[in-house]
Parts: sequence; C-alpha cells; structure tokens
Amino acid sequence: MVLVWLIVILMGAGLLAWMAGRYNAMWPRFIALVALLVGFFMSIGLWITGTPTIEAGNGGEWIQHFQSDWIPRFGIQFHLAMDGLSLMLVILTMFLGLIAVLASWKEITHRTGFFHFNLLWVLAGITGVFLAMDLFLFYFFWEVMLIPMYFLIGIWGHEKRIDASYKFFIFTQAGGLLMFISILALYFIHGDATGNYTYNYLVIAENFPGTRAAPWIMAGFLIAFLIKLPAVPVHSWLPAAHTQAPTAGSVILAGLLLKTGAYGLFRFIIPLFPEASEAFAPAAMILGIIGIMYGAKLAYAQTDLKRLVAYTSISHMGFILIGIYSFNSLAFQGAFMQVIAHGISTGALFMIAGAIQDRLHTRDLNKMGGLWSIAPRMGGVTLVFVLASLGLPGMGNFVAEFMTLVGAFQVYPVYTIIAAMGLIVYAIYALYIMQKVFFGRKPEAVKMKDFSVREMIMGLSMAAIIIWLGFFPNNVLRTSQPTIDKMQENIREYRQTKELGGIKAFKPDHESEAGIQLTKKSE
Amino acid sequence: MMDWLWTIPALPFAGFLILALFGKQLSRKVVAWTGSLSTGLSALITIIVGISFLTNPPGGHVFKQILWSWIEVGSFSPEITLYLDSLSLVFMFVITFVGFLIHLYSTGFMVEEEGYARFFSYMNLFVGSMLLLVMAGNLVFLYLGWEAVGLCSYLLIGFWYKNPDNGYAARKAFIVTRIGDTLMAIGLFLLFDQFGTLQIQEILTRFPAEVAEGSPFAVATAIMLLGGAVGKSAQLPLQVWLPDAMAGPSPVSALIHAATMVTAGVYLIARTFVIFQMAPVAQTIVAIVGAVTLLLAGFSALTQRDIKRVLAYSTISQIGYMFLALGVGAWSAAVFHFMTHAFFKALLFLGAGVVIMHLHHEHNMFKMGGLRKSMPFTFWVFLIGSASLAALPLITAGFYSKDIILWYAWAAEGSHELFWLAGILGSLLTAVYTSRMVFITFFGEIKTEPHGKTALSIKIPLIVLAVLSLIGGFINFPGNFGDMQWLSGFLANNLPEAHAAVHDKGIETLFQVISAVLVLLGIYLAYLLYLKRNVDEQFSKKGIYHYWFSGWGFDYVYEVLVIKPVVWLSKIDEHDFIEYFYTGIARFHMFWHVLFSKLQTGKIRWYAMGIATGAIVAIIVLVFS
Repeated sequence: MVLVWLIVILMGAGLLAWMAGRYNAMWPRFIALVALLVGFFMSIGLWITGTPTIEAGNGGEWIQHFQSDWIPRFGIQFHLAMDGLSLMLVILTMFLGLIAVLASWKEITHRTGFFHFNLLWVLAGITGVFLAMDLFLFYFFWEVMLIPMYFLIGIWGHEKRIDASYKFFIFTQAGGLLMFISILALYFIHGDATGNYTYNYLVIAENFPGTRAAPWIMAGFLIAFLIKLPAVPVHSWLPAAHTQAPTAGSVILAGLLLKTGAYGLFRFIIPLFPEASEAFAPAAMILGIIGIMYGAKLAYAQTDLKRLVAYTSISHMGFILIGIYSFNSLAFQGAFMQVIAHGISTGALFMIAGAIQDRLHTRDLNKMGGLWSIAPRMGGVTLVFVLASLGLPGMGNFVAEFMTLVGAFQVYPVYTIIAAMGLIVYAIYALYIMQKVFFGRKPEAVKMKDFSVREMIMGLSMAAIIIWLGFFPNNVLRTSQPTIDKMQENIREYRQTKELGGIKAFKPDHESEAGIQLTKKSE
Repeated sequence: MMDWLWTIPALPFAGFLILALFGKQLSRKVVAWTGSLSTGLSALITIIVGISFLTNPPGGHVFKQILWSWIEVGSFSPEITLYLDSLSLVFMFVITFVGFLIHLYSTGFMVEEEGYARFFSYMNLFVGSMLLLVMAGNLVFLYLGWEAVGLCSYLLIGFWYKNPDNGYAARKAFIVTRIGDTLMAIGLFLLFDQFGTLQIQEILTRFPAEVAEGSPFAVATAIMLLGGAVGKSAQLPLQVWLPDAMAGPSPVSALIHAATMVTAGVYLIARTFVIFQMAPVAQTIVAIVGAVTLLLAGFSALTQRDIKRVLAYSTISQIGYMFLALGVGAWSAAVFHFMTHAFFKALLFLGAGVVIMHLHHEHNMFKMGGLRKSMPFTFWVFLIGSASLAALPLITAGFYSKDIILWYAWAAEGSHELFWLAGILGSLLTAVYTSRMVFITFFGEIKTEPHGKTALSIKIPLIVLAVLSLIGGFINFPGNFGDMQWLSGFLANNLPEAHAAVHDKGIETLFQVISAVLVLLGIYLAYLLYLKRNVDEQFSKKGIYHYWFSGWGFDYVYEVLVIKPVVWLSKIDEHDFIEYFYTGIARFHMFWHVLFSKLQTGKIRWYAMGIATGAIVAIIVLVFS
C-alpha cells in the first residue's frame, strides 16, 4: 500500500495545489514541499527498514508489492512493485522534486497553482514509471509524465518555449507510441502462446517465448528508451527542452526524465530480450561512444550555459549505454550509479544555471565572467558539480564512470579505451564553464547577489550527497545489488540454454505462428 | 603510535574543510594558524610515526591500515587503505615537512592578498591529497589522490583568477595532465582485467608469476602507467604545462610544481617497479624519456628571461634525472634525488618569490640585477639553493644525489653509455643556467631598487631549507666514500637495490672528478658569457636560441595539430548537424502545408477547374492504361 500512497500523495497534493493557487500564490509551494517531504521520508524509511523478501513472480525479491485489478477484461492490473533499483530511483525522484520546488520558490510567480500541479504530476508519473509492473500501467505513467512536462516547458519556459515544448512532445510521443505497439505485441504473443492474456510484466518476463519477432519488439521499447536517455542521433529534443524549460523543469528533465530511459533498459530490455540485446550490444557500444564524444564536443562549442549543460547530459548518458550493454555486474552497477550521480550533479548544475539566469537575465557565457569576486558561495558550489561532471575521484560520478569502464573493459577493451578518452574532453568543457562564469574579468555592469540561505541549503545538500556517493557508494550499491545479480543470473541462464542449442522453453512452430500474429495484430 | 597513521592525511583535510566552509568569517590570523598548524601537526605525526617505524619496524617493513571498504561489487573491491613502507615514508616526510615550511612562508608571503583563506584551504587540500597519493594501498585510491592533486594544482595556478591568462595556464595544466591520467586509468583497466584486483602489493607479487617478462601485456601496462607519470611529472611529451604553471603564486610553485606533485610520476614508477622490471622495453623507454627530457629542458632553461620559468625548466630537467635513474633500475637513487631536489628547489622558488615580492612583482631577471648588496639574506640562501642545484661538489646535497644517478647511468645493468653522456652533459648545462640565473639576478648593476622588509615567517623556512640543501645529502654517500648509504639501505627494505655491472671504485672516483670539473667549468662559462659579456642580448632573436626559449616549439606543434583542429571542429558544428535533419523534416511538411493551403482559395471557379482537371486526368489515365 505504501507504493500507492507514494503516487497518490503526489497526485492529490497536485490537485490541492492547483485549487489553493486560486487563493494564494504561496500555498501551492508549501503544499508541494510538504507532499514531497512526506514522500521523501517515506521512501527513506523504506530504504532503512525495507528488506527484499517479498516473492512476486519472476523469482525476484521485492521490498514492497501491490497488486489489484484495474481493467480485468483486458488483463490490466494496477500492479506496483519496488526492488532496490526502483527504491533508489524513487528516493532520487523525491529528492530532486524537493530541489525543483525550492528552485522555483522565487522564480515562478505566474500561476503557481497550476505550475505546482504540473510539477507534482510529472513527479507522480515518474514515480509510477519506476514502480509499475504492469506494462499497460507503465505506458499510462509514461504518458502522465509527458503531458505536464509539456505544459511546464510551454507555459513557464523561456523565449523559445513553444518550439521546445512541441519538439519535446513529438519526440517523446513518437517513442511512446512505438513502445505501445511493442507492449501490445508482447501481450498478444504471450497470450496466444500461453492462453493467459495479461500485461503483467513479471508473468511475461518469466514465460516470454523466444520469438523471431523479438528484435522488432525490442526495437519498439528501445527507440522509446533511447529517445528518453537520449542517445545520438535521437537527442535533438533535449538541448531545446532543457534550455527553454524553467529551472524546475530542467532539473527534472535532466535528473529524472532521462533516467526513465536508463531504467527502461535495465528493467525491460535486458531481461525481456537477452538474445536481441546481445546482438545489439556492439551497436549500443558505438552509440554510447558517439554520445560521449559528440555530446562533449557539442557542449564545448556552446555559449548558452543551459544548452552547454544539456549537451553534457547527452555525453554522460553514453556511459549508461556502455555500462548496460557490457553485461557484467560491475558495469551494470556503474551504469546504475551513473543514473543516481548524474541525476544529482546535473540537477545541481541546472539549479545553478537557473539561479544565474534569474539574476543576470542571460544565459550567454560571453556576458558573464569573474563572478567569483561577487558570488564566492555560488562559485564554490558550482566548482563541486563541475568537478563531479568531469569525473573527479571523490565524487559519485567518478565511481560510476570508473566502474563502468573497468567492467566494460573486460568485454570490449577497444571501445572502452575510446570511451575513456571522453574523460579528457570532459575536463575541457567543465573547466571552460568555470572559466567563463566565475573566473576571468568581470564585466563592469554585472551585479548580482550571492546564493541565499535557501539556495545554499540546496547546493550544499546536493554537494554532500555527491561526495558521500563518491566515498561511500556501497550504501547504494548494496541496495541495487540483488536486482543486478538477478539480471546477471538471467543472462547466465540464457547463455547456458543457448549453448545447449535450445531457445528458451518454446518450440519453433510456436515461434513462427507468433511472428505472423505480430504482423497481423500490429496492423 | 602507528595507529595514528590516518591522522596524517586527515589533519590537512580537516584544515581544508574549516577554511573552505568558514574561511570568510575567520580573521587572517586564525586562517594562518589553521592552515599551517594542520600541516605542521601532520608533519609532527609523520616524524613520530617515522621514528617508531625506524626503531621498531613492523613485520616485512610494511604497515597497513584499512579504513573502510570503498566500492564493493563482486571481485572489484578497492578499499580505503593506507600503506606505509620506506618508500611512502620518505615521500610523506618531504610532503608534510616541506609542506609545513611552505605554509609557514605563505602566512607572510600571501598576507596582502585577497582570498587568503581560499589560498590556505587549497594548500591544505593539496597536502592531504598528496598524502593519499603516496599512502594509498590500492591503485584506485592512488588514482583518487593523483587526480585530486591535479585539481589543487589547477586551482592554485589559477589562484589569481581575474587574469584570464592564469585561467588558461591552469586549464592547460589540468587538461594536459588529464591526458596522462586517462592513460594511467587504462593501465588500471588492464591490470584489473588480468589480476581481478587493484591492490598494489598483490599485483606486484603475482605479476612475475603470472605474466611473462616482456610480454605485450606487461609492456602495455607499463607504458600506460608511464603515460600517467609523464603527464604529472612534466616529462616528454607532456611537459608543456609546467612552464606556464608558474602563473601561480611562488609558494605554489615551490610546493606543487617543484617539491611534491610533479614528482608523483617518480613515485608511481617506483611504487609499481615490478611491472617495469617485467617490461624491460618500457623501462628503457623511461630512461630515454628522462635522458632526453633533462637535456631539452636544460637548453630551454638556458634561455629563459623569467626567473620562475628558469626554475620550471630546471625542475623538468631534474625530474628527467629521476626518470633516468628509474629507467636504469636505480630506484632508491631516484627517491634520493627527489628528496634533495625538494629541498633545494623549494628553497629556490621561495627565494625567487621573495625577490619578486620586493621588486613589485617583477619576474624578468633582466630587470633585476645587483641584488646581492640590497638583499644579502635572500642572496645567500638563493646561492646555497643554486649551488645545490648545480651540484657543487662535496658540500651540497644535490651533488650526492646526482652523483649516484650518474654512476648508475653508467654502471647499472641495462644502462647505456649515452645515458651517462646525457647526464653529464645535463650537469654542465645545469651549472651554466643556474649560474646565469644567479649572475643576472644578484650581480651586475642594480636595475630595480627593492622595497619592503622580509618577515620572520618567510626567513625561517628559507634558513631551514638552506641547511637541508647543504646537509641533506649526507644520508647517502657514494659507494667509494665507504659504507654509508643509509637512505638506500632503508629503502632497500621495500625497493630492490640497483645492480651495478661495474664495480670499480677507481672509475667511480674518476667520474666524480669529471662531473665536478664540469660543474666548475659550467660556472666559469656562465661567468664569461653572462657576467663579462651579455650573450643573451646578442642571441635573443636568433634561430636556435629562440627555439630553446619557446621550449623547442612543442606548444606550437600541439596548437597546430591538436588545439586548432578541435576548436575548429567544435565551432563549425556548434549547432549540431543532426539538428538539420529534424528541422528538414519539419520544413518538408511545412512546404507542402503551405502549398496545399494555397489551393484553398475559397473561390468556386478554382475548385470547379480543379475538379474538371482532375476528372480529365483520371479519364486519360483510364483510357490509356
């Protein structure tokens, strides 16, 4: 039931904030803050007390589990479950949600009620995506996080917000629809083969027949997730959306929405399609490398601070692809750590970029410089996250990237060496930020206030977390370990059956039938 | 007492935290006390731990302190482990002790600067990180210290951040060393792939058993580690950052860019010596890198006009000697030279700092001159440092440490006459450029009148370092002086002793005489060229002189081959060409949209004509198909 509450609290508070916003601009802020604090402490409570002991199919062990019928006629259930992976992501969601609310405290003055409604519903959607174990429900939440985000960008964004919001919507929706086709394909193929028509992910994952259509079904999911991640060349929506969104929107986009793509790879792609994934792995490696290098290169070329940070996200997400497609637990853990660490560090960078824009009314790096002399607190906090972004040891991002590279090296040494070169490029763009914003000569006209207490609380708490992750990553790694082990075990099992010559469980004739049905149904 | 080991790095870190978080609120006095006391206490504990290590050595001459498990995923389980043996102890002593002296000096030297607390917080962070580097028990942890000192170097080179040139120099230092760091990281990937662990000692014990000598794996790993070492230690081909790093305040140059951080590469190679032993090719490359670097940098030092750049090139050159020693297997000789070099080069930088401070931040030696009379104290300590750098025979520390390197460059197994020749030529060069610096700065006519007085906090470190620059060599006498190699003996507990192929005390003495004569000759040459005549003025614009002056044109080559293409590539694609594909799709639809909406004119006759034309076309198609 706790899981339902996590989502209901956010959605309920969202509605409440919308209504309260009609009477007072302050109330929505407090409502959102309280709701997120409750959610945050609930999830932290689960982390402290929860142990993965609940059996819920698929042989996995879950910390929390909730299952009830939703639309029984189509086999659709309201089915949530939480394991270590989703637990960490839910905590991240709640935390960055708090940051987003605090970051908009002074920035958003226009229609605060509706703003916080959208904010909380995006967060609810994200939480749902991390928890849903029913494929239909997963798709539902996938859409729930899309539409409010569209409004956040379109209404409260900056000068080119309309274009950016369209672009964001079309890209995400295109991916979403492809994913929906794949979900339907899974539903029918599994239903036809077993007679049990269900969207229950755990059941499907357990019994899904190896079919020749698998690569195509995977492609549907994969495109959706790669757009969200994003991978080059489907990244075009990201710089526009991140740049134009209000600060809270950028924080959530970079910190959380991108991570749903990574989560999808972890949760669905690898467990459901081990064979197709293995075939795709070399391509994924190349995509990852292109992302790392090309993203970093684009970042360096930018003069718009938010756009620069946006491109660095593309670059860092390349490491996730490399980690996941190396198929060993070290690289898996590295990629997962990257999800958490990048969420915090880039969220923080967007928070800072937003604070600067709010003060100087520009994002143009050429109009900044020498800000250290008037805003040393801001400079110090920025330094921490710039260093995190370039992968300095002692920060969570280093642990993530180093583990990913060490793990990937055992499988793809050459690709890994190329990817490691990205670390050099990271130093170039990251120090470029510091130089352009905080060092050098200060233009005479530039005047601004240093970080306020509220902003220092945000900045320091994020800095503390990123350094804590850098020195004590085991707390997080231990939580995600069971899930990662399970993934690893599945892959081992699959490889064993493959060596024995058989494809999992099902006979070839079934396979062809399923393939035909897929083409029929998806028409 | 050994259990206090963790406090040695922890104290500077505590100092850093206090200064970074509350520095603004603290008075300068408190800042100075916090900054220097943290390193001072750390030095004190190091000395106490060192004494207890010497008098009561732990088993195997190794002491380990496991603090906590850092990352744990399967077999990948680096721990936060401190590892103490003779090698790390020597480095720790130099880092904390010289570090403390430089902190003390800075309390006086930086007193007029804004960002006083920021300066000391970075310095403390540096000392702590450098200690982690040399105390780390596994390579990932070592890598943490390795990168953290790079960060401090970046922050301190760019300490005067308002000048964009300093920012450029700082970024150059960080990025160039990062190239080396990344190579080193690849070395770590290789090692983990092979051994399933990154514990240094485990790798070193298993390496000879599991890897064939000279195998591609051994060579590749050694080369990757060497890549990291040349980056940090400013050796060929990654030496370009160090001369520019002189943009930082003088205490920074003394601590980071002379005494400690730049010798991290020496430490790394000495620490992983087994890997280099198992890859003789790579070890020879280490020696070649050292020999070539020491010569190239020596020539460059000969032509510099900025006093700190002379010292920077001289540092590159002296580290070249250390690499040469490592390359011929004289591990403890490299460590010995590291130690004496830390003393005299820190002294020289601090002395140069005093000169610069009293001459209104003038760096150009040719605007100095005659300071011998007006700044006698500085002159004498600087002279002692210079004598030690030039390896003036018998009375200076530099002589003893360099002598051992020269001897093994000739006599060690796997050495080559050319190495010795490079070394001996290098010591002539060293004598010339060092004397040139002293003559131009302190002799001749007075060009700028110094102002101000030197504070006691500045004088004390100079005196201590001057004494050490003289007597610091007496802990390890050459073999032909008798059986008095205390430092080598101590290091021999953990590092193998150099194998000499030649055991002839006569030849050793002969070589000592040769190098002594060359040093004196060098000083005389400098006297003739730079004091009697002014050779610099005659040659400053001419061919090779200019070439040496600009560091053999490396910067230019990198600018053309690397920087310009990268910048060009990123600027030309600033807007991301993939974007055009998607905007192209949008434009395509927009085009047809506009076209078709033009058809909707609302005029009946147009519609009627459209219907008629369509009908005709349809009929024609039907009829003729």
